Amino acid sequence: MDRSGWMLAGLVALLAALSALWMLQGLGAGNRGFVLGLRAGKLAALVIVGAAVAVATVLFQTVAANRVLTPSIMGFDALYVLIQTTLVASFGTAAYAGLPAGGKFLSEVAVMTALACLLFGTLLARGGRDVPRMILTGVILGVMFRAMAGFLGRIMDPSEFAVVQSVSFASFNRVNADLLPIAAAVTALAVGLALRMAPRLDVLALGRDAAVSLGLRHQALVLAALALVSALVAVSTALVGPVAFFGLIVAGLAHALARTARHRVLLPAAALIAACLLVGGQWLFERQLGQAATLSVVVEFAGGLFFLYLLLKGRIR
Amino acid sequence: MIQIEGVSHHIGTAQILRDISTSLPEGRLTALIGPNGAGKSTLLRLIGRLEPLQAGRITVDEHDVARCPTGCLARVMAILGQQTAIASRLRLSELVGFGRWPHHQGRPSADDHARVAEALDAFALTPLAGRFLDEVSGGQAQRAHIAMAFAQDTPWLLLDEPLNNLDMSHARALMVRLRGLVADGGRSVAMVVHEINYAAAWADHVVAMKDGRIFATGAPAEVLTEEVLSALYDASIRVGQHHGRPLVLHHA
Repeated sequence: MDRSGWMLAGLVALLAALSALWMLQGLGAGNRGFVLGLRAGKLAALVIVGAAVAVATVLFQTVAANRVLTPSIMGFDALYVLIQTTLVASFGTAAYAGLPAGGKFLSEVAVMTALACLLFGTLLARGGRDVPRMILTGVILGVMFRAMAGFLGRIMDPSEFAVVQSVSFASFNRVNADLLPIAAAVTALAVGLALRMAPRLDVLALGRDAAVSLGLRHQALVLAALALVSALVAVSTALVGPVAFFGLIVAGLAHALARTARHRVLLPAAALIAACLLVGGQWLFERQLGQAATLSVVVEFAGGLFFLYLLLKGRIR
Repeated sequence: MIQIEGVSHHIGTAQILRDISTSLPEGRLTALIGPNGAGKSTLLRLIGRLEPLQAGRITVDEHDVARCPTGCLARVMAILGQQTAIASRLRLSELVGFGRWPHHQGRPSADDHARVAEALDAFALTPLAGRFLDEVSGGQAQRAHIAMAFAQDTPWLLLDEPLNNLDMSHARALMVRLRGLVADGGRSVAMVVHEINYAAAWADHVVAMKDGRIFATGAPAEVLTEEVLSALYDASIRVGQHHGRPLVLHHA
């Protein structure tokens, strides 16, 4: 087994150990079945969110040909929150809650994918050469989505707004459990497709000119990758809410650890690192620090510092 | 043969190419010359389908560039465009290895590995094969990109300013290598060059462009004359002779 193989095996072992710790630590004598069921649900959510955010970020950075950008910076999750808010505002809480969770989620994913491909596809199809313009457009779109969602929130009924709020702020304690099976299915499908694309993504990372010269169908691959990014961001946002810097920290760590440009290694490495961080971090906060802080705040704080570190070290190109 | 018929191109309101029709001969080393902003790179990028064709028609060995599937064109021509790889954690051997991608689509065979080794050797990159792309100089990275296009092993090789960043000895080595590909390998090369004397010394065919139009075409002895070059660059240019080839003097 080569270096990347050992690294991935090590990450899998670490995740297994952390999962065992999460499931079994401090398990009392009473009602084990209930506690284990509760913990298993949360563990699944953490792993799914980790994999979704990590794979989405690595894919997006390759497509955008840029290591600073993440789907959140470009406003993908704000778009999801806006779609949610618009749905609640136009249907009302009762009708919204009455919709079947799975079907509602899938149609949200479809709308989000279409919109993201339309907005970001036109921006990235020419190879993202104009990086400043792209960052600016992304940031403006993100602010616009957030502002529109905020505006809708202000004019809507307070009880309706409470429904929207659950997706507007990141929380790893309040996982949306009804969505777990469908979220797991969407994530597994998207990650599988991303791995299938991996050799083509390697070529895409050479830059647009080289990729076209090598006969890659550049625009089609960019759109397909963006569609996967949208689906994965929708999954993570629906489960725990927007997590801005988490993807950046994970993608940065994956690149640093894997020391390779091959997506066959990068994608699983990023997903495993993300799952380990989330499971380990959540264990620390819930069981050791007695919920004294929230994981999302620390993730954002550490992620922000890491972002600055990468910028100052000139690692981001 | 590359046939260019009625090609025009504009970016915004700026007209870059104006109704260009010419052909680049097969089995020759063609040099595209001209002042800055003449449209040389744009023409090469249009041939290499790096930019979408706006008007006109371009065929490479009977393959229509606008219609033919891009994967099929990748086995007819390799184009060296702008190098914008973000993957800095890429070893030179891996980068050159991507040149074989049109042939194996991600599953390299023993033959592919042999050709990559050959390409690395041809551009004196074997000692650097294990280095990462961000650990080599601009000229070495440039040679690695040319080696990648070389490994693609296509009948046509299109190079946009391949001599950038190269020192005199590597520039000459590259021209010798390209000359050899044309003379012995039966391949065709089209390249944009700014240093006219490289065209004078090595090219079989010269296409001179100015203001988005073809200004002159033909053998180096016909195009690289005092009269044509002075008009082309709007400056008085002297041309001498050295071993039977034109020698362009910019300081006379």
